[in-house]
Amino acid sequence: MGIIESTYHAKAGHPGGSLSSAEVLTYLYFREMNIDPENPKMDNRDRFVLSKGHCTPGLYSVLAYRGFFPVEDLKTFRHIDSYLQGHPSMTSVPGVDMSTGSLGQGISTACGMALGLKKRGGPERVYALLGDGELQEGQVWEALMFGAHYSLDNLCVIIDNNNLQIDGAITDVMSPYPIREKLEAFGYSVIEVDGHSFEELEQAFNTARNTKGKPTAILMKTIKGKGVSFMENKAAWHGKAPNDEEYMTAIRELSQAASSEVTK
Amino acid sequence: MSEIRKVATRDSYGAALVELGREHPDVIVLDADLAGATKTGVFKKEFPDRHINCGIAEANMMCVAGGLSTVGYVPFASTFAMFAAGRAFEQVRNTIGYPHLNVKIGATHGGISVGEDGASHQCNEDFATMRSIPGMVVICPSDDIEARAAVKAAYEHVGPVYMRFGRMAVPVINDNPGYKFELGKGIALRDGADITIVATGLMVAEALEAAESLAGEGIDAQVINIHTIKPIDEELLISAAKKTGKIITAEEHSIIGGLGEAVCSVLSENYPVPVKRIGINDEFGHSGPAAALLKQFGLCSENIAKTAKEMLGR
Repeated sequence: MGIIESTYHAKAGHPGGSLSSAEVLTYLYFREMNIDPENPKMDNRDRFVLSKGHCTPGLYSVLAYRGFFPVEDLKTFRHIDSYLQGHPSMTSVPGVDMSTGSLGQGISTACGMALGLKKRGGPERVYALLGDGELQEGQVWEALMFGAHYSLDNLCVIIDNNNLQIDGAITDVMSPYPIREKLEAFGYSVIEVDGHSFEELEQAFNTARNTKGKPTAILMKTIKGKGVSFMENKAAWHGKAPNDEEYMTAIRELSQAASSEVTK
Repeated sequence: MSEIRKVATRDSYGAALVELGREHPDVIVLDADLAGATKTGVFKKEFPDRHINCGIAEANMMCVAGGLSTVGYVPFASTFAMFAAGRAFEQVRNTIGYPHLNVKIGATHGGISVGEDGASHQCNEDFATMRSIPGMVVICPSDDIEARAAVKAAYEHVGPVYMRFGRMAVPVINDNPGYKFELGKGIALRDGADITIVATGLMVAEALEAAESLAGEGIDAQVINIHTIKPIDEELLISAAKKTGKIITAEEHSIIGGLGEAVCSVLSENYPVPVKRIGINDEFGHSGPAAALLKQFGLCSENIAKTAKEMLGR
């Protein structure tokens, strides 16, 4: 709901891809990662890099609800003088481990972090979340090569395969398929999951943690705009904010879904 | 002249990295399949575990360096200037510059003195692109002594630093006990009252030679070595303008966006005096022996002296 709140108040932002990543971000920050909202720069923390940097509403919402900064501040997202910049900024937002936004660069920084942490000899892990459209950036494949070459088994690359990018379906714009086979050929242990299933995500991250000698790639099948009927599977909702009416509908739908989750 | 010791500053870079590596366990060196040419190979020999070959993938290398800097390392990302400041510009801008990460970029093979490889590898635009990144320090040392000092100063400085080194062996001119490298401070190498020559990199030796020959003709030229192009030593430049009233800039770089324009910016806003820029005149280089190319493109003491005389109406 923070995603809808922040993009509504910002009158801009990227709700679609944020909603397709909502579960994995929630799982990472509330279950998987060793982090401390009281001490966001804790040296032995696990690191997260939002390589698909435009999904800031998703990341900021999770960081806020996890306690890194006040949830109320989400309303200032993208506003002038707010510390909540349009794309993740590690120098202004508590809990952001890397400034991103230019696609393809985040995964490379995650490789650098994973290599450094591995050399230090600690148990810290690094997670990088990429979009499927982002796979069109050549640098992603440079980074993937690097991760496998240096056997970065503390690196977990997550791909949000919602099948849509700004100009339409990824298969129409520039197909990155077959993704699984490419990742395997690049030397990754690949796990395919339903990105909206916490159970499948949990299993995948457990498997990733126990995989040694090579990095893991989790290929998540997701629905762009998940949970908001008029946004689901619509490329138009890549980078657009809801208007008043749409905002009310989205909040109502997400609230209903949340309460039915609780009663289940 | 044949007695003068000559060293390529890329060799100084490799040697300085080894010295730094011995002192500081957090120094880590990255290269993109050019370790033999950038001279990081000598570091690799002594510290194989702290030398990361990234393959021919400079964009990835710059961002890997960014990541490493966030987990306690001081990375020196090394490749040719063309690829560091050209190909990977946007990676340096967004992933190193924007978050102000503690990454050092060691860019060798700057300028047309790359020689036979030709225009594709002769980077005359790196000062321009790197200067434009907020918070980036840009250094171009003039000789072996200065290059080694620059590498150490870059390590001590917290934040991104771009260092440009050369392929060609150049005269050692700073071999004196009083030499001191201070980031952001120019060095007045020779006093003079008629005109000031502000130079960087291998053009500093040419400027000194030009001043020597001008002295023979009764012209008293001041020579200033600007090793740190950003932040530039405004105070020294303004005092030179006040003193001589005529400035020549000399750099192995395009006259667009480099030392010359940086000097013009400072002077036009503070103490306007006539400035002539010597550099690559908005054109590409071509293949040839480095020394011959420098002469052909006017990056030599003769051209500096000639320009000085023109400015003085002599």
